[in-house]
Amino acid sequence: MTCDWVPKLDLYMDGELSAGELTEVETHLRSCPTCAAEALSRLQLKRMTQAAGHRFSPSPEFRQKIAQSVTVVRRPRWAWRWAAALAAAAAVVLMLVPASVWLQRSRSEQALAELADLHVSTLASANPVDVLSSDRHTVKPWFQGKLPFTFNLPELQTSPFRLIGGRLTYFQQSPGAQLLFEVGKHQISVFIFQNRAELSRLNSGSSLNRQLAFNTETWTKGGLWYFVLSDASALDVRALSELLKSADGS
Amino acid sequence: MTDRRTDAESFETLAMPMFASLFNFAHWLTHNREEAEDLVQETYLKALKGFVSFQQGTNFRAWMYRILRNTFLTSRSGLSVKMTVPLDREENVTGLPTDTPEAVLLVRADQQMVQDALERLPVHFREVILLCDIEEMSYQEIADIVGIPIGTVMSRLSRARKSIRELLAEKVRGVSK
Repeated sequence: MTCDWVPKLDLYMDGELSAGELTEVETHLRSCPTCAAEALSRLQLKRMTQAAGHRFSPSPEFRQKIAQSVTVVRRPRWAWRWAAALAAAAAVVLMLVPASVWLQRSRSEQALAELADLHVSTLASANPVDVLSSDRHTVKPWFQGKLPFTFNLPELQTSPFRLIGGRLTYFQQSPGAQLLFEVGKHQISVFIFQNRAELSRLNSGSSLNRQLAFNTETWTKGGLWYFVLSDASALDVRALSELLKSADGS
Repeated sequence: MTDRRTDAESFETLAMPMFASLFNFAHWLTHNREEAEDLVQETYLKALKGFVSFQQGTNFRAWMYRILRNTFLTSRSGLSVKMTVPLDREENVTGLPTDTPEAVLLVRADQQMVQDALERLPVHFREVILLCDIEEMSYQEIADIVGIPIGTVMSRLSRARKSIRELLAEKVRGVSK
């Protein structure tokens, strides 16, 4: 049996209906089991295609090759000012400090500031997490098929921490998990990405802590790169990090 | 000189965030990592060169995908695709309603099966499904990239989804036998 509304269902789930049509279709779906089942099955297929379609990742070497081919040789503007000031003050110092160290540090600070931005914008969002659950056995499987890796979450029952949920995030063009925890009134973001050379070079610089008043921890384990960031105390951030480090697959 | 540098800087800022998605799309088109890399590389070089003519404020993402797709169609494996342009019947946009058993079977399909089904789709159907479901583009954006009317986008999507369902149902039945 078919219904005259079936042709609208693809438009409905692809977000192609006007507000008026959307209300009409939703009203119809509540009263027509055929269309409701059909819409569900189509949506299911769309989600499956979505998950299956994110399949091929470029190699880091290839990414670097392309990035280099479109990058202009430049230095951040502040670097010029610093360079000028330093040159005037003590040219000798400039000669002793390799330029690469400065560039490395600026890149590292930029990247970490980007993660701090992600953390802040998540907290500011009306829907901070895509999967809302304090149960690690709900949150972890939610990422299955959405990320090219898996990770373990610790048992928190005897700790002051509470899992709020998780969301899919992107950092430097790679997908990863952002988990949101709570301790007291403070929220803690835990970012997990596949480890790459660029990531493991990022050290949670103390300058970021000073500038943005965040406490951070970072480490790599089992091919994954972890980054914990929060306005909670350094002690709490470290405690949660230790729990995460010791999490096993149970 | 300064203008040129600003151009290149903004090109990099706009184009690099979509690198992984473009690669994924290229790989689905070519079925081959090496060819996908060549395709992406050529796309970035062409786009960088043509960035001066790109109109600020228009859809940059659609523009990049259009370049990639056109580049693909002129490549060796793309040329064979060109010979097999489907006959689009726009009246067939409803898609066949599924009978319940098939919907039930869908639940038992896994990611590998969906990937196989996508691989087996003719490229003209595969590309609209990828742009719609994976890249989450609007019908209008897809129409612009592929260079077909919106009605044709809808009919290709519908036929592509129908084929995937049928391929999955076939697979699941095969496995459970």
